[in-house]
Parts: sequence; structure tokens; C-alpha cells
Amino acid sequence: MTTPAVLDIRGLNVDYGLGSKAVHAVRDVNLTLHRGEVLGLAGESGSGKSTLAYAVTRLLSPPGVITGGEVIYHPRKGEPIDILDLGSEQLRAFRWQEISLVFQGAMNSLNPVHTVRSQLTDVLKAHRADMPRAARDARAAELLSLVGISRDRLGSYPHQLSGGMRQRVMIAMALALDPDIVILDEPTTALDVVMQRQILRQLTRLRAQLDFSVVFITHDISLLIEFSDRIAIMYGGRIVEEAGSKEIYETSNHPYSHGLLHSFPALHGPRRELTGIPGSPPDLTAMPSGCAFHPRCPRKFEPCDQRVPVLAPPTPGSDRSVACWLHAEH
Amino acid sequence: MPEIPDPPTAEVPVSDREIVLEAKDLSKHFAVRRNLRNLADRNRPVVHAVDDVNLKLRRGTVTAVVGESGSGKSTIARLLAQLYPLTGGQLLLQGKPVRAARGRAFRAYCRQVQMIFQDPFGSLNPTHTIRYHLTRALKIHKRAGNTAADLEQALKELLGRVHLTPPERYLDSFPHELSGGQRQRVAIARAMAADPQVLLADEPVSMLDVSIRLGILNLLRDLKERLNLAILYITHDIASARYFADETLVMYAGRMVEGGDSETVTQRPAHPYTQLLIGSAPDPDRVAVEAGAPAGEPTEAADAVAEAVVATEDDDRAGEPPSLINPPSGCRFHPRCPKAMERCRTELPPRFDLPGGQWAACWLYAEDAEERPVLKGAPA
Ligand SMILES: Nc1ncnc2c1ncn2[C@@H]1O[C@H](COP(=O)(O)OP(=O)(O)OP(=O)(O)O)[C@@H](O)[C@H]1O
Ligand SMILES: Nc1ncnc2c1ncn2[C@@H]1O[C@H](COP(=O)(O)OP(=O)(O)O)[C@@H](O)[C@H]1O
Ligand code: SF4
Ligand code: SF4
Ligand SMILES: [Mg+2]
Ligand SMILES: [Mg+2]
Repeated sequence: MTTPAVLDIRGLNVDYGLGSKAVHAVRDVNLTLHRGEVLGLAGESGSGKSTLAYAVTRLLSPPGVITGGEVIYHPRKGEPIDILDLGSEQLRAFRWQEISLVFQGAMNSLNPVHTVRSQLTDVLKAHRADMPRAARDARAAELLSLVGISRDRLGSYPHQLSGGMRQRVMIAMALALDPDIVILDEPTTALDVVMQRQILRQLTRLRAQLDFSVVFITHDISLLIEFSDRIAIMYGGRIVEEAGSKEIYETSNHPYSHGLLHSFPALHGPRRELTGIPGSPPDLTAMPSGCAFHPRCPRKFEPCDQRVPVLAPPTPGSDRSVACWLHAEH
Repeated sequence: MPEIPDPPTAEVPVSDREIVLEAKDLSKHFAVRRNLRNLADRNRPVVHAVDDVNLKLRRGTVTAVVGESGSGKSTIARLLAQLYPLTGGQLLLQGKPVRAARGRAFRAYCRQVQMIFQDPFGSLNPTHTIRYHLTRALKIHKRAGNTAADLEQALKELLGRVHLTPPERYLDSFPHELSGGQRQRVAIARAMAADPQVLLADEPVSMLDVSIRLGILNLLRDLKERLNLAILYITHDIASARYFADETLVMYAGRMVEGGDSETVTQRPAHPYTQLLIGSAPDPDRVAVEAGAPAGEPTEAADAVAEAVVATEDDDRAGEPPSLINPPSGCRFHPRCPKAMERCRTELPPRFDLPGGQWAACWLYAEDAEERPVLKGAPA
């Protein structure tokens, strides 16, 4: 059922800082987003999830630098484009229009002195200069109802809205120009579960309606399993496993994925043993040799601290992949 | 995944364990800031942050308080720690009414009731070492001993208790040199320096990384068992209450709406709000079931949970918590409740007892209710 790719990330590397002081926050990442799918990206804090999102949208600010790789966007019509080759003028047109990002903690980034209406119409004004004012207002109202906020809230200021509503305004803004790809970085982490579920439901409904693809970043893997089609797991800047969300829930191949899945207490079903993950996340300035997970891995063996395992299908022809010596020839 | 039995049931059932700290009819109202409109108003509006809360913290027992953001959880912890004056109600420590919020009696209270906070980054002073923080706590509570060797011994014991070993590696570090999880362990060690009877933990793991959370919760459980502590565990994550707490209380808009042992409350929720909360929590198994894995027996409790969630899904106001300045009359949940009846709008539901020590403040369970829901399908 795989649809064509809309975004192809190939060999992406991102550093913070230059020269000998550089830390490698994203390493050799290969990842494909297909049309219409929700791709989940999970991992502990510091694993490089946000850095990856910023690099892909070219929103990385110094000292962050993209040191290699390509990010190919496949438009519905026309030739593929490498986002990393775009000039700043092209980028401005590209962002929001084709790909938009909802930042981590975005709900606090609305401008407190402007109404919801003026913040939504500003995006339209910037990109659709020829759109008449009445049409912009109508579009702003339409966007609000898309995310389940009644139109009479257009005149509200951010502080008059609850956290959940502010977050939905940010999502409305990301959808304003009908992008092909929406990247959400921890969109609901600050919200409580009732609100969280409502927003995610709305988003999946909108995806079917408006036909866009989603990259959904969070550390809450149980949320991802429910709301995404495929999941990629990051550790120390690398993707260490990628599979369909149901497959990964049923059998995780990477010991780190297994640990993540056994760190969340389950609310339903029998009580399960929680093993968690011993130790703490790696220090990017002193990355362990070989497999970066080896100091915490309960299953490490000879090759693990010597050589970096590559991300590959565990068996030929499998449509999932894993970077672990347990599943590779060594 | 292997099934594990329920947590080791101590010989004494929870309801027979000694009550260390009790709160009776606790309320806390905060004055709303003066503005031109209400300046002259003698009945200036207040935020009803907590109303009529009753709870008992028992020896060797973890009691969880769960609820959405703004429901009054932290306010309860602060009232129990005597960080705020009470608007109404009473605290009893070991059965004796607590009076003074200052002076020697207050210090004695603090020695027995200690608190740890959500933010392990904000709670330690960045300019001082771990040794300084812990020494100070030991001295305040007169547990530093008489000699330098006594102090050193006490410091090492404290760090050992929170599994920061070898202690030499941590004693002379500064907070910024430690990870979030290690800092939270130091904060717990500092609370343990008082050798308290009660530990109030306000969201102790919500700012920590997933992989570290479990370790801190296991540490708290270990302290509870070894030192027979009474622990109040505040969280918005009801699944962690299932695993970690003996008893769970559910708060909505400043009031307690349901309570009972954690397994019962999470597996057989009675109050429509608890049902909504549980139905909304992420649940990987829901996907597994949809994908064709064998589903368990559908129970009425599960049906009620599904119904509560479906009823709110298409209503964009459903996720909105109510105003606490003008809280809804009658049952505070009635504007969002799919089961609301006429009396819910006007009469405040009292606590109704259900089998097995569970209770709910909801008119559905009144003796004279037309159709009392049957709560079956309880886990064996
Ligand atoms: N000092 C204060 N002055 C005025 N109102 C307050 C004060 N402290 C708390 N409140 C209000 O009391 C209510 C309960 O707040 P509380 O901090 O106890 O919530 P909580 O359940 O701990 O929420 P969270 O999950 O977000 O930590 C909220 O409406 C809050 O705005
Ligand atoms: N501006 C910055 N300067 C230096 N290091 C940074 C900066 N931003 C992020 N990092 C580092 O890059 C790594 C990845 O960070 P991030 O992408 O934010 O992780 P995640 O989103 O997975 O939590 C972390 O070790 C972080 O400390
Ligand atoms: S490569 Fe080795 S250390 Fe890394 S996850 Fe696999 S078994 Fe563990
Ligand atoms: S008392 Fe009425 S409104 Fe309140 S939870 Fe029960 S049924 Fe719903
Ligand atoms: Mg991030
Ligand atoms: Mg709080």
C-alpha cells in the first residue's frame, strides 16, 4: 500500500559548532516520508529529533550547520527539488506553501498583542499578496473551524485562549497555505490527555480531508503507536529502527526500541513488567564507539563497541529496518 | 510480554494501615487581582482552586492524586506542606490537629512532612555543591551528628539511599554537572535528610526523560517499603498511578470526584470524568485490537469509557476545563458530562460508596437513581 515518496532524506548530517568543537547532532540519517502517511519520530530528549526537523525545513540557526546529505521534495507535478539547494528567496516561497513546521512549545509563540485573526491573515498576506482582504478573513475563519475552534474566537487574543486552543491555532496556521507536508515537533506534550487526543484526532481527520503528510515528533511512543502509520526511532543522532507502528509494537528489533516500549506503564490490559532503560542518554561530546547504545545495552556482544551497525532490513526483502549487530552479518 | 502479579500486598490491607496525615474538608480560594470593575465589590471574586477535599495518607502507602492541568493538584500538596494558609478545613498529623504555621511547631511539622517538586533544575541552587545542599538539610533537622566524621557518614548514607553511588562521585559536584534524573535523586535525598514520615511528591518525574522516569518511581517505591513512608504522588499520568500507587484519587476542577484502590479505579472507573480521562490516555493496545489481535471480553466499564470519549470527540468545547471563578453549579463536570441529568445542574453530588472501597461523587450512584450502572468486569 506504499504511496510514492513526498520527502526523501538522504545521508543527512547536522553539527552544532565548527571544527574540532563540533558536536554531531544528526548522523547519516536516511528517511522517507510517503504521500498521505503519518511518520512518527521518537527518541529521548537530545536524540536529535528537533534538529532533524529544523534542518529539513532549513530553519536551523547558528551554530547549527548542515554538513552533508540531501533532502529531496517530490512535488505532485514537476521535477524533484533538493531543499538544501534552495536560495533564500525560493525558500521563503517554499516554506508554509509546501512544508510547514509547528515548533515545540509553539503555543507560547503566538504574538500576545495581536488577535488570532490578524496572526492568521498575516501568513496569507505574506504569501498570497493578491488575495483580497475579505477572502483572507474568510479563509482565517475557515481555518479556525477546521481545527475545531468556533469562528467567534477570531477576535480573541492568545491569553484569552486555553493552551489547547492556542496549540490548535498554531496548527491552523501551519495548514493555511495547503502544504504537502506538516512537521509537528512535540505538538501536544504540554497538554493533558483529553486535549491531546482531541487535537490528534482532528489532525488525522484533516489529513484525510486535505491530503497532506505528517511527520510527528514526540518522546511518547505509546502516542505514536496509536496515531502514526510508521515509526522511526532515533538514538544519539541516528535512526536505529524503522517499521510500521503495529509491527514495532508487536516486535521491536532494536534493544533501545524495546526499552522505550517498556518504559511506559500501560493503562489497559494485564500489568506488564516495566524494564525501562538503564543508564542515561549519551553525551554528544563523548559519543561511545561502535553502536552508541552499547554502554546501556543488555544484549551487547563482541562487535558492538567496535563498529557502527548500519540501518538495513533484518532479513532480505523485509520492509522494516534496524541498525543493530544482532540483526546483521558481522 | 510477561505478566507480573499485582504489587506485593503487604500483610496489612491499605485501609487498616496507620493514618499519618489526614486532611478534612480542605479548601483554598485565591483572591482574584483587583481591577476597576471589582474594586468596590465586597464579594470580590475568588478562584476556587480546592474545595472540600478529604484525604488520608497512610504509613507504607502511596496515594496518587490525578487530574488535568489546573485541577488543583499542586495546591493540595502545598496546603499539606503548609506552604499556603488554609481557606477552610483542617490538617491532622498523627491524629492531632495541626495549628501553627510558624515557629518551632512549624519546624517540627516540616521535619515530618517533606516535599519534592516537579522541576529538578529549579529546586537546587546552581552555585552550591551537593555536599552543601545535603549538609544544610541535615543541620536544619539536627541530624548532622557531632563530629565531621558523623556528618560524612550521614551524607554517604543519604546518597546511598537514593542510589547515587559511589557517594564521592556526587558529593562535590554542582547541580549542572548532574543529569535531570540524578538531580531529582539529590532533591529526594535532601527531603530524606529530615527523616520524614510523609513525602509529598508533586509530579516528580514529568520533567524527566522517559527512560529515567521509571528509575525514580522505583526509588520512591523502595523508600516507601524500606522506611514505611506515606507518599502523596501527584501526577497527570493516570497509567503511572496504576503501577505505582496503592490508592488513587481523581480530581476535577478543585474537587475529588472518585477514589479507591488504583487497579479498581483505572480498570473499572465509575465517575464519568475518570472514564473520559482513561479513555483519552494513549493506548497502544487499542491499535493492536483494531488490527485484529484477539480482543478481551467487552465489559460495561469499557463500554462506558468508549462512550465518554466518543461523546466528547466531536465537540470542540469538550476539552475545555471549567472556570474556577464561577465554577458550574451542582456537579462541576455537568457541562461536559455525557450522562448529565436534571439534578446534576443544581445539586452537588455527595460521595457514594461502591463495592470494594471504591467511591464516586456522582448522582448516577445515588440510591434513588433511576438506573444505577452496574460495574462488573472488575479485574480478578
Ligand atoms: N497563587 C495563586 N493565585 C491565584 N490562583 C492560583 C494560584 N495558584 C494556583 N491558582 C489557581 O488554582 C487552580 C489550581 O492550580 P494548581 O496549580 O493546583 O493546578 P494543578 O492541578 O497542579 O495543575 P498542573 O497539572 O498544571 O500542575 C488553577 O486555576 C490556578 O490558576
Ligand atoms: N543551539 C545549539 N547549540 C548547541 N547544541 C545544541 C543546540 N541545539 C541543540 N543542541 C544539541 O543537539 C542535540 C540534539 O538536540 P535536539 O535536536 O533538540 O534533540 P531532541 O529534539 O531529540 O530532544 C542535543 O544534544 C542538544 O543539546
Ligand atoms: S548493536 Fe550491539 S550494543 Fe547496539 S543495540 Fe545491537 S546488540 Fe546492543
Ligand atoms: S453527577 Fe451528573 S453531571 Fe456529574 S458526573 Fe455524575 S452524571 Fe455527570
Ligand atoms: Mg526537541
Ligand atoms: Mg501542578
